[in-house]
Amino acid sequence: MTVTIFWIFGVIAWVSALLCITRRSPVASALWLVVTMFALAAMFVQLDAQFIAALQVLVYAGAIMVLFLFVIMLLNLGRPGPTDIKGPAGLAMGAVLAALLLVQLRVLANARPPDAIQLPAGTIADLQAHQGMVAAVANPLFEAYLVPFEIASLLLLAAIVGAVVLAKRKL
Amino acid sequence: MLLGPALAISAVLFTLGVAGVLLRRNAIVIFMCVELMLNAVNLTFVALAQRLGMGGQIFVFFVMAVAAAEAGVGLAIILAVFRHKQSVRLQDMNLLKD
Repeated sequence: MTVTIFWIFGVIAWVSALLCITRRSPVASALWLVVTMFALAAMFVQLDAQFIAALQVLVYAGAIMVLFLFVIMLLNLGRPGPTDIKGPAGLAMGAVLAALLLVQLRVLANARPPDAIQLPAGTIADLQAHQGMVAAVANPLFEAYLVPFEIASLLLLAAIVGAVVLAKRKL
Repeated sequence: MLLGPALAISAVLFTLGVAGVLLRRNAIVIFMCVELMLNAVNLTFVALAQRLGMGGQIFVFFVMAVAAAEAGVGLAIILAVFRHKQSVRLQDMNLLKD
């Protein structure tokens, strides 16, 4: 039953991602991408990552996609125009390369991590039941991963300064 | 277990993102396809975190921070290019080619 529900959300993600890369209007593409992100959030919940699922909805489907839609509307790209999908030669080349990549990824997906380093089933669920959903993520984030966390804040500061400089009238 | 289905779904989603980057010419749509690829990798991280410890979920957190920074700077670059070229089509961005 769990696996069936997981596959239902997986197929929703596939279909909406396919529609996202084939729609002519950038607004339609962005909205189908939001559907993909919600389906992914549902899959995260089933994989014992409820806090990451909430972040997915808030940060990705909320903030980042609103930024995309804002720029699309600022540049007035919502009008129907000529298609921007490449011609037959580019289409065939892209499809062949993508199919090749899919075969390689499928071969890689058959690899499993060795049993010696795997935790017993249900360890993460037990941890979350014991510590709570947020604390299970926050404890390692502010202890073992404190330095990467601080570096991420530097990265975000650099991104803010870069975006302001790039968006200035006179470059 | 859900690891096998998660890896399969993630592989196809990543391939769709790559196909979008290869097939489209609109810079903003290509950006959205990059976000799609990042999301596919996030699914792999979360699926493996179930058996290999919380590190995978922490890494998804960092991927989201990098994606937010990338979207902010990338869209600012697209805005700056649009101001010069009045277009977001990639075939119009050929300053280094001529």
